[in-house]
Amino acid sequence: MAKHSALERLQLLGRAGIDVIGAMGRSGITLMHVLFGRRGAGTGWHLLVRQLYFVGVLSLAIIVVSGLFIGMVLALQGYTILVDFGSEQAVGQMVALTLLRELGPVVTALLFAGRAGSALTAEIGNMKSTEQLSSLEMIGVDPLKYIIAPRLWAGFISMPLLSAIFTVVGIWGGAMVAVDWLGVYEGSYWGNMIASVDFHKDVINGMIKSVVFAFVVTWIAVFQGYDCVPNSEGISRATTRTVVYASLAVLGLDFVLTALMFGDF
Amino acid sequence: MLKPLSAYSVVWFRAGTGCDEGGQNAICRQDFSCIGHSGTIHPFMHIGRCRCAGGTRQHMTTDTDSAVELRGVTFRRGTRAIFEGIDLRIPRGQVTGIMGPSGCGKTTLLRLIAAQLKPHKGELLVNGQNLHALSRGRLFEARKQFGVLFQSGALFTDMNVFENVAFPLRVHTQLTDELIRDIVLMKLQAVGLRGAIDLMPDELSGGMKRRVALARAIALDPDILLYDEPFVGQDPIAKGVLVRLIRLLNDALGITSIVVSHDLAETASIADYLYVVGDRQVLGQGSPEELMNSGDPRILQFMQGSPDGPVPFHFNAPDYRTDLLGGNHG
Repeated sequence: MAKHSALERLQLLGRAGIDVIGAMGRSGITLMHVLFGRRGAGTGWHLLVRQLYFVGVLSLAIIVVSGLFIGMVLALQGYTILVDFGSEQAVGQMVALTLLRELGPVVTALLFAGRAGSALTAEIGNMKSTEQLSSLEMIGVDPLKYIIAPRLWAGFISMPLLSAIFTVVGIWGGAMVAVDWLGVYEGSYWGNMIASVDFHKDVINGMIKSVVFAFVVTWIAVFQGYDCVPNSEGISRATTRTVVYASLAVLGLDFVLTALMFGDF
Repeated sequence: MLKPLSAYSVVWFRAGTGCDEGGQNAICRQDFSCIGHSGTIHPFMHIGRCRCAGGTRQHMTTDTDSAVELRGVTFRRGTRAIFEGIDLRIPRGQVTGIMGPSGCGKTTLLRLIAAQLKPHKGELLVNGQNLHALSRGRLFEARKQFGVLFQSGALFTDMNVFENVAFPLRVHTQLTDELIRDIVLMKLQAVGLRGAIDLMPDELSGGMKRRVALARAIALDPDILLYDEPFVGQDPIAKGVLVRLIRLLNDALGITSIVVSHDLAETASIADYLYVVGDRQVLGQGSPEELMNSGDPRILQFMQGSPDGPVPFHFNAPDYRTDLLGGNHG
């Protein structure tokens, strides 16, 4: 391990800062080209449909199973606490509000980053290392339009839908545990939920969160793949960065959005 | 009266507009009628190109005989200069070899020519046009004049051989599936892999991958074909096949070929003109025979493959003794 003087450490810190700012600049330029660049040769809806399948449909299994178990656990935990106060009839509204406002968008985004985000980074990084992106450029096809754009839009479209599915399945799983197993009155479970859930404040705000998370997670994933060092170590690091950066961004943004949406300032 | 094939010159015209040169050949259109002129189906011929009497090549309208010209080009990676004010002219219609030791920047030079990298100084003209001055959209349009054979082949791994070769035609032309199929078959026939049409890239050997990539590179009949280390890692038979193909394609299509390689024997055997690059500059240029008889010891060392000479075996390093006795590292 090389020893560094104080000046060298300062230099390293400065270089790291410049690298971070440079990466942010590159990611911004990439995003601008993808979103607003001229539609290039070879692009079309078929590319988006294909990516919707890979990014969205193939993520369904993990989303449904996770949603089911999280809803079941929420109902079980909620029941054991609420029953001490004789308020177990409120378990339905607790499960619904928790899933709609927080766990639906956040857990879906975290699962999406781990399952689809890492796959996107690895796929694009591998295309870069095998010169497939260069090859596209030389055929006169813009890889930002042909490879990156369909993946970005697919993540942007599919994640809010996955979040909605996660929430619905979670509420259903909560009902299985609370109503069918623990004997909470079915009318109370659904009635309290309907009475307490506000469409705008809870459902729409949850969807807005999900849309923001979708945008950030997919942007991080495709950029890390496109900007990675094109060798096996570079792809491995980029994939790790996707999961870490996306998870931190989701959790940080969740706090900001929650404060804006639900904080009574 | 039709002339024999050798008497016909290559004429370029836009798809669907027909060829207005050569009198009787004015009917050349998307229907392949031009194929009949020679009486035989030429493996490289398809829509957009025909051979007819009296024709001249459209891209010859430029007033220079150089397909590619570098004027005082400087390129750096970080603070390290790869090229320092180099001048280079690639003659049109010939096979030009760019040679030099590993790590001297040959592939970088290829990427500069293809405008995948931008020089820090100097001007780079392709068919008289400065690609680096174009907008992103127009640059992608201009790149259709290139075909590139990458070192790895760079085949699209989610497509089979047919779809790989058909890809440039699908994205840049409005041809019917039947025509695309015929063209792909011709291209694959030219590289000897028509039988591999349904195979996936991971089912091909390294040499076969490069031949499929070559078929894809010529799918749009480019003006300039760039080869990045085509002989690396190939067995002698595959090398021989590639050498023959590069020469054959160049002569049959009348294109400009640029072969970047450090394989001396193969490159010298097909190149009309050679450049030797190294030490951030062009060390020498000329025909293979001229370079073999060069008086420059740096060129001679490379051409004769001598380990000792002006090109050092060791990368720049501090004194060996000082380093061993615990110099700067640790």
